[in-house]
Amino acid sequence: MRTLRYREALREAMFEEMRRDETVFLMGEEVGFYQGAYKVSEGLLDAFGQRRVIDTPIAENGFAGVGIGAAMVGLRPVIEFMTWNFSFVAFDQIISNAAKVYQMSGGKIPLPIVFRGPTGAAKQVASQHSHSVDPFYTNIPGLWVGFPSTPRDAKGMLKTAIRTDDPVIFLEGETIYNVKGEVPDEEELIPLGKARVAREGKDCTVVAWGRPYYTALSAAELLEKEGIECEVIDPRWLRPLDMNTIIDSVSKTNRCVVVHEHWAYGGPGAEIADRVQRDGFDHLDAPILRVSNLDMPMPYASHLEELCLPTVERIARAVRQVCYREG
Amino acid sequence: MSSHQGAAGVQEPLEVFRVLRDDGTLDPEHDPGLTTEEVVEIYRGLVLTRTLDQRLTALQRQGRIGFHVGSLGEEAAILGSTYAMRDTDWIFPCYREFGSALMRGLSLQKFLDNMFGNANDTVKGRQMPDHYTCREKRWGSISSPVGTQITQAVGFAWAAKIDGKDIATLTYFGDGATSSPEFHSGMNFAGVFKVPTVFFCRNNGWAISVPTERQTASATFAQKADAYGVVGVRVDGNDLFAVIAATRQAVERAARGEGPTLIEALTYRMGGHSTSDDPLRYRGDEQLEPWAARDPIERVRHHLTRLGAWDDEREAACIADVDARFKQAVAVAEQTPPPPLESMFEDVYESPPWHLVEQREQLIQGPRAPKSH
Repeated sequence: MRTLRYREALREAMFEEMRRDETVFLMGEEVGFYQGAYKVSEGLLDAFGQRRVIDTPIAENGFAGVGIGAAMVGLRPVIEFMTWNFSFVAFDQIISNAAKVYQMSGGKIPLPIVFRGPTGAAKQVASQHSHSVDPFYTNIPGLWVGFPSTPRDAKGMLKTAIRTDDPVIFLEGETIYNVKGEVPDEEELIPLGKARVAREGKDCTVVAWGRPYYTALSAAELLEKEGIECEVIDPRWLRPLDMNTIIDSVSKTNRCVVVHEHWAYGGPGAEIADRVQRDGFDHLDAPILRVSNLDMPMPYASHLEELCLPTVERIARAVRQVCYREG
Repeated sequence: MSSHQGAAGVQEPLEVFRVLRDDGTLDPEHDPGLTTEEVVEIYRGLVLTRTLDQRLTALQRQGRIGFHVGSLGEEAAILGSTYAMRDTDWIFPCYREFGSALMRGLSLQKFLDNMFGNANDTVKGRQMPDHYTCREKRWGSISSPVGTQITQAVGFAWAAKIDGKDIATLTYFGDGATSSPEFHSGMNFAGVFKVPTVFFCRNNGWAISVPTERQTASATFAQKADAYGVVGVRVDGNDLFAVIAATRQAVERAARGEGPTLIEALTYRMGGHSTSDDPLRYRGDEQLEPWAARDPIERVRHHLTRLGAWDDEREAACIADVDARFKQAVAVAEQTPPPPLESMFEDVYESPPWHLVEQREQLIQGPRAPKSH
């Protein structure tokens, strides 16, 4: 095992896949000479040259469409959005085209493409730069959606995404690029649609990914001191969801709190809650609660931004509520 | 073939329009005819803009504000074009034009309140620094995504035209935004419907780290106007007088019902893209030298000095005045409390839906709030 940062793990995944497979290439804004806006692609231009690490003009719809075209002839593009906020310009290409080409062509044109980049609130970048895009892309049949929380998963999941023959939306947590964690020396491919139990506990299942994954772990530590043991589950893939792992956990804890950094109206948070009540109804001793962003465009002022996001205190309160320890 | 097509089929660059000569005199044929007092007033605005840029960058480095996106080297292009617009016209900014907003009448205090995101901020602490608005001075709200203001400026001017109002719009964007679909849609609509919009492209050489030659294979940005049936003009963006004259012509053309103009202002981004960027990673200081030699503020100063209307003493007094006003405004902005918690529930909708009211009550009453179920 080695210790890597989340961004380094992503970089290693791309480096290894580009070395392994000539058809893999990286394209996006500032990915080459600038080494990536978040330094995820640092060194790739030197290693693979301008033919495979391509800086584009500022035209997300342009390079998303060009990438889709390249995937149609059998290349495996990795398209980096400087942030997923900018992917909205490319929405039509991703949703009406990438997600549907295989189906619309009667299965004749597979589309092995990965769209990746950071999502979620960073620090004080306000409403237009703080979107969590999880609900938008998980809603679309034809796309797989991954969102690693740890360096190990970042590497293993991205390698899987690049080798997958379907289009993959790969979401990275903007605030966790610096997080360090152990990554195996040997090659590891994290299978599509497989969740991970991050922390075991018998009192309450907490499902969380991305930045709130770490907030949930902090809340679990706090609650442990109060005698509540949380089982924290990282779904890793938001489409397809690994409901077996989550239901297994709920069958043990009889309680479930879903924590997510996206608005509460729909999205994977709502999908998980719906599935748990349907498939795990007999196990439940309390309503499923969700801790999400407040329902408004993200404010800039830091004290307001903090309140909009899932906090340790809000998660702890929800867990206490489902354990009937609050109030 | 158009008249400026070269032998190889590649268009030769359009001529660059200049008025301010190297010796500080103006080309009489194109002199926009400003009084010396008017030039001094604009010059003070240029100094204010640059000084604020330097002070705000320092505040960001000290961690007192979160961000700043500046206009070093582009001041004449920005202030000259805003100056040329009529008071009744609207400005649709990019995010690098605080000098334009101040010229239009945004107060220094309000500007700094936005930089600190405090309770007096016109946008209530919801937007990043440098994302203010000044609706009462017909100066739009700033949107971060590249180019979105371009089509909005076209829509605004088109609606005003249909309404029979003599209003033109000026929209700012960088060379990078010409790659965005907004630029193409905006130019196309404006051309087809003869919309009174001035498209003002600050060709500052860079889109963050991407140089213009990686942005377009066109010899110029101005020639892109040809494809849309729009008049294209190339102007020395570091020549205040040329910018004023070219923009005035564009507004007059718009007012006559002759439609839009694309102005490509040749200038240079002397600083980073923003305080989040380190330009030394992708360009050397030697690239700045030819542009430093054509500094837009120095050139106006030279002109005024020749006329005997400016000197070192007045320069020092002007900067001292800016510094005093800046210090005072920063002190007030820093002492102003942050926006109240309940303010963030306002303006999501005109009237908040039940679930937002529920979230507000839970937040204000704190962790001991009654359970929602």
